[in-house]
Amino acid sequence: MSLSTTITFPIIGESYVQPTGLFINNEFVKARSGKTFKVTSPIDESLLAELQQADAKDVEVAVDAAEAAFKKWSALTPDDRSEYVRKLAELIERDQDIITKIESLDNGKSLDSASWDLNMVVHYLKSCAGYSDFIDGRSIDTGDGYLNYTRREPLGVCGQIIPWNFPIMMWAWKVGPAIVSGNTVILKPASATPLSALYTAQLVKEAGIPPGVVNIIPGSGRSCGNAIVHHKRIMKVAFTGSTEVGRDVMVGAGESNIKKVTLELGGKSPNIVFADANLELAVQNVVTGVLFNGGEVCCAGTRVYVQDAIYDKFTAMLKKAFESIKVGNPFEKGVFQGAQATPDQFQTVLDYIQIGVKEGAKILTGGKRIGKRGYFVEPTIFLTDREDYRIVKEEIFGPVTTLSKFSTVDQVVEMANDSTFGLAAGVNSRDINKAINVAHRLKAGTVWVNTYNDLHHQVPFGGYKQSGIGREMGVEAFENYTQVKAIRVKLENPIA
Amino acid sequence: MLRVSTFTGAKVTGTTTIRTTIGSQQLITKSLLARFYSSQIPLKVPVTLPNGIKYEQPTGLFINNEFVASKQGKTFEVLNPSTEDVICDVYESREEDVDLAVDAASKAFNSEWSSQDPAIRGEYLLKLADLIEEHSEVLAGIEALDNGKALISARGDVALVAKYLRSCGGWADKIFGSLIETGDSHFNYARREPLGVCGQIIPWNFPLLMWSWKVGPALATGNTVVLKSAESTPLSALYASQLVKEAGFPAGVVNTLSGFGKITGNAIAAHPKIKKVAFTGSTATGKHIMKTAAESNLKKVTLELGGKSPNIVFEDADINKAVANIILGIYYNSGEVCCAGSRVYVQESIYDEVAKAFKAAAEAVKVGDPFENGVFQGPQTSQNQLNKILDYINIGTQEGATLISGGKRKGNKGYFVEPTIFGDVSEDMRIVKEEIFGPVVTMSKFKDVDEVIKLGNDTEYGLAAGIHTTNLNTAIKVAHSLKAGTVWINTYNDFHQMVPFGGFGQSGIGREMGKEALDNYTQVKAVRIARTN
Repeated sequence: MSLSTTITFPIIGESYVQPTGLFINNEFVKARSGKTFKVTSPIDESLLAELQQADAKDVEVAVDAAEAAFKKWSALTPDDRSEYVRKLAELIERDQDIITKIESLDNGKSLDSASWDLNMVVHYLKSCAGYSDFIDGRSIDTGDGYLNYTRREPLGVCGQIIPWNFPIMMWAWKVGPAIVSGNTVILKPASATPLSALYTAQLVKEAGIPPGVVNIIPGSGRSCGNAIVHHKRIMKVAFTGSTEVGRDVMVGAGESNIKKVTLELGGKSPNIVFADANLELAVQNVVTGVLFNGGEVCCAGTRVYVQDAIYDKFTAMLKKAFESIKVGNPFEKGVFQGAQATPDQFQTVLDYIQIGVKEGAKILTGGKRIGKRGYFVEPTIFLTDREDYRIVKEEIFGPVTTLSKFSTVDQVVEMANDSTFGLAAGVNSRDINKAINVAHRLKAGTVWVNTYNDLHHQVPFGGYKQSGIGREMGVEAFENYTQVKAIRVKLENPIA
Repeated sequence: MLRVSTFTGAKVTGTTTIRTTIGSQQLITKSLLARFYSSQIPLKVPVTLPNGIKYEQPTGLFINNEFVASKQGKTFEVLNPSTEDVICDVYESREEDVDLAVDAASKAFNSEWSSQDPAIRGEYLLKLADLIEEHSEVLAGIEALDNGKALISARGDVALVAKYLRSCGGWADKIFGSLIETGDSHFNYARREPLGVCGQIIPWNFPLLMWSWKVGPALATGNTVVLKSAESTPLSALYASQLVKEAGFPAGVVNTLSGFGKITGNAIAAHPKIKKVAFTGSTATGKHIMKTAAESNLKKVTLELGGKSPNIVFEDADINKAVANIILGIYYNSGEVCCAGSRVYVQESIYDEVAKAFKAAAEAVKVGDPFENGVFQGPQTSQNQLNKILDYINIGTQEGATLISGGKRKGNKGYFVEPTIFGDVSEDMRIVKEEIFGPVVTMSKFKDVDEVIKLGNDTEYGLAAGIHTTNLNTAIKVAHSLKAGTVWINTYNDFHQMVPFGGFGQSGIGREMGKEALDNYTQVKAVRIARTN
């Protein structure tokens, strides 16, 4: 079986060559078991490619490669590592158009969304490259007689397990800070969306990054992911995905060898609209918060709270905005919301809509599947008057939001914080005191004020509570990929 | 004195006994059974330290700034490891006491504690540091009595406690966020916010010092704490808790529970309202804590665990000083130190000379009653630990290592062990691989820098390391190549409150002391504001 295949994009007709092997030691190779798996398009459920499927044996080979590479890679000067990563960013920029299309094809997200992702990827990797010489230690003055300093050292081989909602962006968030700080990585893309990760792996080699520094091995979570989590020579595991699986990852990391763990997990983020907000802007923010990327966003603003004075007006405006959203084939012009990425997810979303109806919430708009082929769902708003509904408590991960009324600041802060999650929150208000007061009282790792889903590569992102551990992007990401060594030297003949 | 304990009929899985103590005669032995009885004991008992100092020992659980009896009324005995006598009984916490403490801590967290001007928190910590200093002789005596550490070691601990709490006081108003420029369209900043109620579980080797390492940074950053002391050494934490109240900390900010790991420790690690758990202890228990934290509510976890730290002597080192550091590395605190330098590597050209000097120095270490003048090494803290160490000495002998010095229990009463050196060890022996946690060290030869880096790093631990050399390049190359969170050069076990401490590999997650400790007790919130106009 050849380790590549040709894939043609729908509507636009263009083709490209997709690698199908496991990327280990800068080569595409077959899985040791000889097993393969099929990747299908969520747009029309057609077969896109058959890929090599990694399991524990391949993880072992990849760890050997990454461990061997770690010795040399971590000893390079930071500016050499920086050069490689900058080159990688430039190659992705060169191939940006094709990778954007791969994302849309494999994940089902609209071309607009995918192109936003790719912009972020290029910016973020360039930003990472610039960080290599910012990873510094401190010198600590404890008086004459001692020299004390700290260094931030890489951890070693890092295992990284990423989800299917932002395949290449999550790849960049994981690989970038890890390799810039001198680690080597074994990354498992989601088995539903492995195409862009493998395509970009070729660019890793082309950028001249030495063999073994980046290893990409598609496989199932249960077999390949689990082997990564439990591997004794992997020193850190970073996982993005559901809270349920995140828990297992942390348990496995603890039981095996006390790996350092960072987790970026689920959310049920509140988006609060105060009466003094710019309502047109707030409508836009709610739409972006719920429907961007088909609602398959861990920080989606899916609990909308609207102040009573503007409730009727805002609800009418929002209904209109939701109904004007173009849902369809992501390759079609003007489409904002594409298909849900997997059949399972599609079914989960439809199930939650049923649950909402049964619980007694009122559908303001949407609530149905669109068409019969492909996983398309109408943008959906539930009007809710109870906070204990499952659709208010649980993460749906689709284009479905709840909307409730509130009267006072204290009331909405309490409602917003009444969640086991704490990934993000939105505040829409023009009042400086209200905006800052609420932003600081919300238990969330990111608060957007008068904007939403407005990620920036310089601004750290990550969860409070059960939404996760650690931060991605910003300077904080580098802290998660290094460990502090303190060196205390006792000196003779002190200066004094 | 006749004291009759009353059994409340709660869950009992072992032998049920009503204990009567007549004079000093114990009808039932040891603390194994202690957890099964229940008694009404006073909340304060007079204790006379071996050096004549008298003080009042609190025995209750410290919840909401008050000492209270445990809900089930259960108590356990605290033993003096130098004599195996009972010092006193203290109340034993259980799940329902943890719930009470968490409620108190949650309430305190949601009050102005976490949101007021941080300088106020700093003031409380400075006051607490002053009080610790004021009570330092009593506290050092309690440590020596309860843990068995030499009084001079205990004094060192208490001094570091005061320094560290004072340092934390200074950090309180220096928790900085950042402002992130992304162009005129947005205004971005990041704040470091407290986590909430933090659970803290500490070990018996540095009872008060670990209390301060945990409580200090948690309070400086605006969290509240529920701390469990080790069951074998609960006394100093309770004594210090009185000072918490005296320093003016609001009720519920600090809660100190005496109790057992399997019950109270587990309840803390699993509690759904506790947002973070910090644990210091064995790697095996650390794994369990991490698992429990994940399964319950994905608590943030920091762990400071075991070690098997290399202490390396190069041929250009000052041999006298190196030997003094080896002694300090392994016999300080009776070897019950997670970062003990328990694998000594000596360059071959000076091996015989160092071995001779080390043996002489080890044999000169004064082992005995911690209150006796000149004693450097007291007893091991518990019978269990004594047994474990003696087992390891047997294992070493069976593995074929040469006993250079020591190797036996000292005396028949109290848990004393001779300072022990094993030579001719091979790297795969269990005594070279596993943490013994006692005054037992292995010594091996090496040829050159590259070989010793390999030997030093051949461990799943990575807590600390020592290097003895006068050569600048050797020192820095080896320091940077060793996989350890702390590297001491020409010194050992030389802690400073400003220098972070914590492990690589399976020695842990996170750092204590220094600026890094504060990071472990905060979480970053990014606020991104879209601007109009």
